[in-house]
This record gives sequence, structure tokens and C-alpha cells, in this order.
Amino acid sequence: MTGQSDFRAGLLDPSAAVPDGLESGDGTPAGKRYDVYRNNVTHSLIAALQTAFPLVRKILGRQNFNSLAPIYVRAHPPKSPLIMHYGDAFPDFLSQLPQLEKLGYLPDCARLDLAMRASYHAADAPAFDLTGFQQLPQEAMMSQTLTLAPATRVLTSSWPLFDIWRFNMIKDAPKPVMQPQDVLITRPDFDPEPNLLPPGAADWLAHLGQNETLVAAYEATAATTPEFDLAAALTITFTSQAFCANERASDATTS
Amino acid sequence: MSNTMKTFAVAGAVAAAMAAHSTPADAAAKEKCYGVALAGANDCAAGPGTTCAGSSVTDYQGNSWKLVDAGTCESMELPEMADGSARKGSLEPLDRDLPA
Amino acid sequence: MLDSQRRFDRLPASPGVGYKLQHFNDILGDPGPVKWIEIHAENYMGDGGRPLAQLRALSQRFALSVHGVGLSIGGETPLDRDHLNRLKKLCDWAQPASFSEHLAWSTHGAEFLNDLLPLPYTDATLNRVASHISQVQDTLGRQMLLENPSSYLAFAESTLSETEFLAELVRKTGCGLLLDVNNVFISATNLGLSAQQYIDAYPLAHVGEIHVGGHDEDTDDTGAPLLIDSHGKPVIDPVWALLDYTLARTGPKPVLVEWDNDVPDWLTLRAEAQRAAHALAA
Repeated sequence: MTGQSDFRAGLLDPSAAVPDGLESGDGTPAGKRYDVYRNNVTHSLIAALQTAFPLVRKILGRQNFNSLAPIYVRAHPPKSPLIMHYGDAFPDFLSQLPQLEKLGYLPDCARLDLAMRASYHAADAPAFDLTGFQQLPQEAMMSQTLTLAPATRVLTSSWPLFDIWRFNMIKDAPKPVMQPQDVLITRPDFDPEPNLLPPGAADWLAHLGQNETLVAAYEATAATTPEFDLAAALTITFTSQAFCANERASDATTS
Repeated sequence: MSNTMKTFAVAGAVAAAMAAHSTPADAAAKEKCYGVALAGANDCAAGPGTTCAGSSVTDYQGNSWKLVDAGTCESMELPEMADGSARKGSLEPLDRDLPA
Repeated sequence: MLDSQRRFDRLPASPGVGYKLQHFNDILGDPGPVKWIEIHAENYMGDGGRPLAQLRALSQRFALSVHGVGLSIGGETPLDRDHLNRLKKLCDWAQPASFSEHLAWSTHGAEFLNDLLPLPYTDATLNRVASHISQVQDTLGRQMLLENPSSYLAFAESTLSETEFLAELVRKTGCGLLLDVNNVFISATNLGLSAQQYIDAYPLAHVGEIHVGGHDEDTDDTGAPLLIDSHGKPVIDPVWALLDYTLARTGPKPVLVEWDNDVPDWLTLRAEAQRAAHALAA
């Protein structure tokens, strides 16, 4: 008998022998034929990582990425049939490779790639009613709560994460210079977009995410980040459509 | 910041956002090239042949990992946070063992 | 549920294509002979965004086949209930004309191996697969089609032929079959069998859909041909001939062109669908 544990054992271990009980059509041992499955498993998961981490791949170069991907695949096979979510352990994996220790920013880049993908597949939601908001009396405006759209993601980084993304993905963008940058990912239509957040805005969005009013979130943020610029934060979040209508559909696929 | 100032900031930001608001692009088809559109899709296709990525032992031994064609990391100079010294953010072509 | 008019209760006996996101505008603008599309279920299990928006639009125009690639029906372990529920949610929403999966396994323990892995054909595996198929059909509330795999090797312990195994599954579960003639060609070549004899022995009365696709050629340790089901090239003439041989016995069926790697532009894929249309008209 060739159980599935036996069959599995060699799939991600090329030094393992071909399992017993596998044959060619004429009854001779399967040999290289088993390698087709080895190759399929490894190749398909490497391909999934290649499409999932475009920024990391660009920074490392294709061959470096492809040398490192099989190591990850072997150590972290998917835990779910949804390949769209494969790679959640990749940032930590990168941070533990001694060869990459000088690229301290690389794990955050992998987190940005993950967040872009999560945003891409996140639920749809009705748009925030900016016109209605604009027409509110001023006091009502300040006591509003704002709901982050399901596709909105916030990344904090001690690296110039937005500039690194832009340098790699936008033609002729300037080289990053060292400064901490937080990134807001939003999905105005169907394509996630990174945006640069001003200092403190990530904190402010976290407060809003806990259902605090606009003014309460502002005051909490200003207490820890005195230079927090509310107008700048509002401008980037409104123009990038980071918020959705407050009573959003709970699940787009069942609406 | 006084309440008036805050309100002014909110109102100003709303006005800016209204002005910057673009018309929604052609719905489902248009896409940008950040590589997310097909990210990690499931397939029922086999890989090419038997000998590339992963089926051969030589392709597959991480311990001999060599860094070759560096990507853009070679051109980004970012100092370490801690000491602020300007270390070029380059990859090191080490032949150290990788963690298992 | 999709707010389509649900005009598509069944797949038409005409050409379909494996749908790719990048073909959205082209297939709507110039479908040629294509009347239905097939999607890989797992790629539409996100919560929203472009994949589901496209599907919503396409379902107005094309009959839909949902083709699972991750359920691991041939697995030794119980089916992943979470995944089965995701399939149910997708099918309840999209109301496809057909749901199909593979005679293969891909999940082992907590791992998903992302390939269609083979199983031996014995009484024990027959009973296990039959119970998994029944569980799927009971959960989804619909008949499913089961697809024959591409084989690169055989199991010494097998006691049933693949066609016997499939016929028994149909008898035990009432499932239908998805006959992939490219897979038949690949398996027959790789295992030294006759593709036509396979078709002759196959329970053709239960075929609900046919697949064709391209494959790669390699060799095994002895230099014997080893065909790889890569779905990255045009369908070769001998596979079209095997389709003709099959259609001559089944009559017209829904015929899908699969192209998953190195996906070509729409006109190239449409030309393959046109060739399937000729086969169906013959």
C-alpha cells in the first residue's frame, strides 16, 4: 500500500526516495514519474509567491527570489486551499534569514504585498457619502464616527515604506530617503492603491476604527503626536476613499 | 487647536476631497500593474516538465543559496535605524547556511 | 444570490472556455462561439472586489460552470467542512449550471499541496471517494461532475481500472462525469494504454461536460514519453481527434478549452473554441 502520508513525504523533500508501490504502465518502478508531482507542488507554490509578492520580488531580483521561494514553500506549505491567501508567514520568514539582515525593510515590504492582496479580495461596501457629510452642521460633523472600508488597510513602518513601494513600482519615482512612513491602502474601484499617511494618521485611523468620534480620535492622536495634521489626514483618507457608508452591508456576496 | 480650528480643518479637507474626487473608472476591466489581479490564483494545471523548480535535488538545496542578480535593493541606500550609519542596503552573497 | 435572470439551467452543448480575468472586455465584446465559461471555484472565494464583480457581469451573458480544484475528494482524511461550506456559499450565490471537481487529493493533514495528486483504485478508495461525493452532493443540493485525472504513474495496489472505478462511483452516488479527453490522452500515453479503448470502456452516458487542453512532452527514466498536463499550449491534433471519436459516441456535449499557463490573448483562445465548435458541428 502507498498511503497518502507516504506519497506526501517525498513531495517537498527531493532527497527522499520515491515511495514504494508506484509504477510505470509496464510495472517497472515509477522513478522520475513521481518527480512530476514534486515539481507540480513546488513549482505551483513558487508561482503563487511570485505573483503574491511583487514588491519583494522586485527588490530582491528574480533569481534571488526564486532561490529563496522553495525554502519558504518547503517550510510553510499552505494551510488552506485558498491560494489567494498563501504567504502570510513570509514577512517573518524573511526577517529571520541572515542573508537578508541588511535589508531590514524587506519584511515590511512583504507585509505591504500581503495587505494589497487582502485589500483586493476584501468585501465591497457602499461609498461614504461625502456630500451628505459636507452638508452636516459643524458640530454634527465633529461628532461623526467614520467606518473604514473593508478593503482599507493601514501599515505602520519605521522604514520609508511608501517611498520604497513607489521607487520600485512607479516609473521615475525618486529614491527613498530614510524616514519612517505609514501607508494607507485603499481600493477606490477594484485596484488597491498605497497612499502615504502623514505622521499620527495611522494612530488616528486606529481610534476611528474603534468607533470613536472624529473629534475624540483627533484629541487622542494629538495627545501622542502633537504635530498631527487633521486636515492632511482627512484629505488623504477622503480622496483615497478609505471610508465606507456607516451602515455597510455585512457581506458583499450575500447581498 | 480650538474647536473652530478643528471644524475648519474638517470642512477644508472635505472640500479638498470633493475637488479631488475622480469619476469611478470603467468598472471591472481596468486594472493596474501592481501584480495583484492574479495574485496566487488556484489552477488545475501541472508545472512544466519534471526537472525545473523543485523536483531536482540540485535546484532545491537552500544551503547553497547564492545571491546573484540583485534587484533594486542595490540602489537603495537606507541606513540602519539604530546607529544611523549609512550602510548600503545591499544583499550579501553569503554562503552561510540558511535556517532549516 | 446573483440578480441575473438565471436563464442558464444547464451548460449548452457548445464551446466554453476556462475564464481568465484579463479576458473580461474581450469575451464580452467578441465571444465568438463561446456560450459558457468555467471558473476555478477557489479564485472566487474572496469577499468581494474584481473577481466577484466580473462574475456578476459575466453571468448575465454566459452559462457558468464552477470547477473546484481544492476539495481533495480523493483524500484519506474527511473533507474540509469549511471549504465545502465555502463551495456551497459560492454555488448558492452564483447558481452555476454545473459544479465539478477532480478524482484526486490535495489536502493532507493541515496542509494543502496545490496539486491534483493520484490515488489507487481499490474497493477501499472507491467507498471513501463515494462517501465524499455523496457528502458534496448532499451539502450543495445538486449533482456534481467528477473529472478523470492525468496520470503520470500507476499504483501497484490498484485492483480496478479507472473506467471501472468511475462507473462504480456513478452507480453508488448518482454523480455525473466530466470527461477530460486531454487527460485520457496523457494517461494512456504515460501508462502505455489505448486512449480509444479507454473511451470505449468509459460510462459515456453519464458525461455532462468534456475538457480539452494543451500539454507538454517530457520523457521518463527509460526515455519513454511522459506527457505533462500543463494547460499552456494549443490542443494538439491527436487530442482533437480523440474529441471527435468521443463526440461520435456521445453526441454534442459542452466542450471546454482549458488554458491556464502562459495564457494567450483572447483571439488565440477564441480560435481554440472555434475549433471545438467545428468538432461539435461535425
